[in-house]
Amino acid sequence: MITFDQIYKDAKNKMTGIAAAPGLVIAKAYKFVKEELEISKLEITNIKQALSDFDDALSKCKKELNKILLLARDIMGNKRAIIFEAQMMILDDPILIGTIKRRIKYEKMDPEFIVDDEISKYQKLMFKAHEAYMSERAHDIEDIKSRIIRNLQNKKLKSKISKDVIVVSETLTPADTILFSRSNSKGFVTDHGGLTSHAAIISRSLNIPAVVGTHNSTMLIHDGDELVVDGFHGCIIINPTKRQRNFFNRKIKHLNELQSSLKELKNNKAETTDGKVIELLANVDVTGEIDIAKTSGAQGIGLYRSEQIIAELGNFASENEQTEIYRKLASRMYPQIVTIRALDIGGDKFNFSEISEPNPFLGLRGIRLLLKNKNLFKAQIRSVLRASRNKNIQFMLPMVSSLLEVRETKNLINVCKKELKKNKEKFDNNIKIGIMIEVPSAALLAKEFADEVDFLSIGTNDLIQYLVAVDRGNDLVSDLYREFHPAVLKTLKIIVDGAKISNKQLSLCGEMAADTLAIPLLIGLGLKTLSLSPATIPNAKRIIRSLSYANAKKMAEECLKFTTSHGIISRIEKFFEDSKIKRTRNII
Amino acid sequence: MITKTVKIINKAGLHTRPAATIVKFASKYSCEFFIKKDGININGKSIIGVMTLAAEMGSEITLTFDGVDEEEACKEITGYFERGFDEL
Repeated sequence: MITFDQIYKDAKNKMTGIAAAPGLVIAKAYKFVKEELEISKLEITNIKQALSDFDDALSKCKKELNKILLLARDIMGNKRAIIFEAQMMILDDPILIGTIKRRIKYEKMDPEFIVDDEISKYQKLMFKAHEAYMSERAHDIEDIKSRIIRNLQNKKLKSKISKDVIVVSETLTPADTILFSRSNSKGFVTDHGGLTSHAAIISRSLNIPAVVGTHNSTMLIHDGDELVVDGFHGCIIINPTKRQRNFFNRKIKHLNELQSSLKELKNNKAETTDGKVIELLANVDVTGEIDIAKTSGAQGIGLYRSEQIIAELGNFASENEQTEIYRKLASRMYPQIVTIRALDIGGDKFNFSEISEPNPFLGLRGIRLLLKNKNLFKAQIRSVLRASRNKNIQFMLPMVSSLLEVRETKNLINVCKKELKKNKEKFDNNIKIGIMIEVPSAALLAKEFADEVDFLSIGTNDLIQYLVAVDRGNDLVSDLYREFHPAVLKTLKIIVDGAKISNKQLSLCGEMAADTLAIPLLIGLGLKTLSLSPATIPNAKRIIRSLSYANAKKMAEECLKFTTSHGIISRIEKFFEDSKIKRTRNII
Repeated sequence: MITKTVKIINKAGLHTRPAATIVKFASKYSCEFFIKKDGININGKSIIGVMTLAAEMGSEITLTFDGVDEEEACKEITGYFERGFDEL
């Protein structure tokens, strides 16, 4: 059977870009070209008419924008929708609107000319700032300017595009993306933009395949061309040959079959053939993933990475904003449990201070940084507490390496509880507090830590990194990072045993849980709860449902005796063969 | 008339959200309100005007309030700057 590599290797009708949203689709191209607006510079005689035309145009703009604003809030949340709110405020800007009206009266020129001239002045100032975000801002203003002019010219926006097309455009403004997503667009291809562009973010949350940053798609693709958009590999095929079309149709069919067969599993338990039930939870980064988590059949959120709010917003969220985000999260998942992990900043994630540490992975990160910035930490604790009123939130601490950190945090939580009580604010007084086990010292003392907290969750990425002293991001040594290192298995065993003696909940939320090869091993070692990215849950369920716990346990016990990761991997592969389980990568 | 010099202390600077909030605050008051930075004087009740200010963390800005309710306006708006636009 031919592979993706082979298909792309000798394809002459191929374009590449950034894989911005996963998925595979074949459809006709629709080229979205922004009309250049022709501005009339005519003098006018009827000033009264001109002024009322201008007012009409403004109210039409408000109607249009209001619709977009509502959609945007729905799709992207209040915070990102601020761009549209600011555009809305511009339509009511007393200084701008006053000046335009005054100029129409005195200069007796077509309102569209005055609007263009006046708003362009502000854009020039923004471009002059020579800051990337200021020119972005100038583009946002362009959107509102052309909206007013278009309404003055009484033109309808070409928003009704034919259905089921792939939109190809130089760039897509936030408003374009929102509107297209509502008219059944099958995919997005743009010349510019990266993973964080609006088109990319929105298509990911709507599950629409997208390839962005192709540089010249609008030059090479024509209206009506047949396109393959491969959002897994960041490739586009223009007018596929028969061979290519057959290949992709087959892949799409496989993908659909896999998805629907997995969908059928949604309401089934992740139960082994011999009756052991495993709890599967979702790791969630962005709010948009909550829906995917729910449809994947996750039984709750095992890891909500709260620092991702910073990545989404571009800055720290205020206490009120955090409260709102956590509350929404809790109510959307209710009655299922949501585990919020305290801000995990430092290390490789978000430079918090200006001081550059010689060795950030052994430096001020996770709980260490939070305990040194108590105001920041307390604001988060209070927000989490407020969101816990329906008793479905638990709070988890990252990078814990000593019991003192746990005790200090518990004191801080008690201080916050008192503050809320004083203000008569409601919260869950018995909110569960847990820690991530991702530092070897915490792993070795798993029982002692378990005695002090309500639950433990193993973060394999960092734990393995610290155990084998390998930075995964360093190409010189990254091949020494081994999930199946005998020391990793022994450490996991210590943690499982520690939690068991202390009778506390234990889960595993690192990437290891999503590795199909690791799943039987983890279950065999005695893990009863796994938290993984929503998209991988159906597959994990498929594997668990086809294995026997007794056999997995036997296999894990044998693996604990191996002295090389090679031996361990071969043993697990044999387990897959013996149990007749197919690995996911061999299916699509 | 009250004149106050304030410093931008939040990491993201004067981005769209604080710009919109400042204008919303200012429009509640009848006094005039101007924001001055790098020699450019902007009417603080104009969102498009405030959006032209590129004010990074650490930059200094002069605010002037003039009118009957200047004290209340000054208190609310300088407070918002001093709180780092509630983003600290």
